[in-house]
Amino acid sequence: MCTMKKAAISNAEKDFILTCIKNRRRVDGRQAYDFRNAKISFGQDLGHCEVQLGDTRVLCQVSCEIIEPRQNRPTEGGLYFNVELSPMASPLFEPGRQSEFGIEIIRFLEKTVRDSRAIDTESLCIVAGEKVWEIRIDIHVLNHDGNIMDCVTMAAVTALSHFRRPDVSVVGEDVQVHSAADRDPVSLSVHHLPVSVTFAYFDEGKYLLVDPTEREECVMDGSMILSMNIHRELCTAHMSGDMLLVKDQIIRCTQTAIVKVSELTDLIKKALENDRKARASGNKCGFAETQRQQKVTYLKRDVTEVDVSDKVEIPEITLDETEDSKDQAESLVVLGKGTVQVGEGGHNTWLVDDVQGVKPVQQKRKKKKKHAAKKVKDAGSSEEEETVILVPDS
Amino acid sequence: MAAHVNEVVLPGDILQELSDSEQYPKLRLGPGLRIDVDNVVVCKCGILRFREPSVFWVDTHQKRYVPVKGENILGIVISKAGDVFKVDIGSSEMATLSYLAFEGATKRNRPNVQIGDLIYGKLLVANKDMEPEIVCIDSTGRSSGLGVISGGFMFKCSLGLVRKIVSPDCQLMKLLGKHMPYETAVGLNGRIWIKAKTLSHTIAISNAVCCAEYMSKKQTEVMVKQIVSSQWT
Repeated sequence: MCTMKKAAISNAEKDFILTCIKNRRRVDGRQAYDFRNAKISFGQDLGHCEVQLGDTRVLCQVSCEIIEPRQNRPTEGGLYFNVELSPMASPLFEPGRQSEFGIEIIRFLEKTVRDSRAIDTESLCIVAGEKVWEIRIDIHVLNHDGNIMDCVTMAAVTALSHFRRPDVSVVGEDVQVHSAADRDPVSLSVHHLPVSVTFAYFDEGKYLLVDPTEREECVMDGSMILSMNIHRELCTAHMSGDMLLVKDQIIRCTQTAIVKVSELTDLIKKALENDRKARASGNKCGFAETQRQQKVTYLKRDVTEVDVSDKVEIPEITLDETEDSKDQAESLVVLGKGTVQVGEGGHNTWLVDDVQGVKPVQQKRKKKKKHAAKKVKDAGSSEEEETVILVPDS
Repeated sequence: MAAHVNEVVLPGDILQELSDSEQYPKLRLGPGLRIDVDNVVVCKCGILRFREPSVFWVDTHQKRYVPVKGENILGIVISKAGDVFKVDIGSSEMATLSYLAFEGATKRNRPNVQIGDLIYGKLLVANKDMEPEIVCIDSTGRSSGLGVISGGFMFKCSLGLVRKIVSPDCQLMKLLGKHMPYETAVGLNGRIWIKAKTLSHTIAISNAVCCAEYMSKKQTEVMVKQIVSSQWT
């Protein structure tokens, strides 16, 4: 299987991006928790939409087909995802077989949209055991500037809610598919709109950014993608890269995700509503309309507000959490291959830490594990005294 | 001057006036134009440009770089292989860079180039049948500004923007430089390196440059003024 080529990044870029992040800034002038400008436009067909997230662009087309259902689920229709990463989007994508990244995207979509039951698959059944609708979602990545996952999820969910399938009527054994002129096409029953938010971690989870660009993705340690709906139901949690996260950080991320998801859901709903109105009033719609107004400068980058003043506005990111997490990170206990324990319990690593002489950590741990000590002298100022007195609880 | 100058042209368009050889005896065709039998045919979509006495080319929006001999480019060292470095210059193939192609480099005295370093070089070989080769010296053996670049920040932009910036009538870089001193290296492969005094200056300059692609002279002046005023308040 072919893998995606690795992006070439120079040390200068890497260092600069990291120092920026450490100074609570981002190269494109955003704050740590800001999304780039998202824009949704619809094609002339139903179920055809394009989503732009900054310079990342994704095109999505939904279509349907009547197939025979699976043996074990005779009354459920299917959702089939297909993602195309063409070399036009980025020189990193190679033509040919699906890359690992492509498979990751498809799997993520399946988890987010299908497995969270966003679409009612039972309503896609025509004749149980014989005929069901298969909804096919084709996604083309047009330009890659980072955070494809969020863009793709947004596109898929928007296109699915925009899509209308032909109406069918069943008389005895006969199944008749009605054309759009004959009967109005029916929309899919969308239970909820899952929207994903990507968090990128830097410097061993110390710093965290939302919606990373392509350059930031090259530098990051790892990422976590949370998809949620407006009812605050977590649909997917997807982690990649090599980093360890503390429970608090994940909970904090979900809090942020709630805010972002509601903003993005509003955007999607507004876009769908605008398109519905335009269609109902008989106005022209579709890509051609939006393109014509923007002329040659269609590809023009939107002017971003850049804060160039030297005052440092610290967004409420992981500052207090980092100190906390740093302490905890040092108390990680490796229990075996691939298993790590955080916090109390498990094997004690006191002696190991004492050799390193990390004093503040020790003091903190002392409070935590007081019960583990048989007796604690009050004025135990020197490190050695403490180690002699305290005995591990195991 | 021909009729279609400064208008949008599309691939396949035949420029009839250029095809008549009487009007332009010494016709020069730049990128985006080629001769097909007797006709001048457009092969890229963009805006037709003209310069005295008889130079024509098409200004396009393009992001993928096609190496051209003699152009200055910014590359990233990807690997060391024996006596050459492989350098990513954004083209379909990696460029090679000999370790002897630095100022003062000899077989004994190797230049200090690490993987991941930024290289500002000049294309020595660029044709469709061979892999491109870059050098960091001129014909006299001097570096003349080329070589390994350290610090600062590099960002990518479209090729059209880079060409606009290096053209003599673009004031953007000069205007910015009046207010915020900075060093820069512009690679015609769509990469710009900037090193300013502070982090925020570098970010401001890089964003200003990225936004300036379709701005007129007036608009750039206004933008620079805005940036500067927000700087001092």
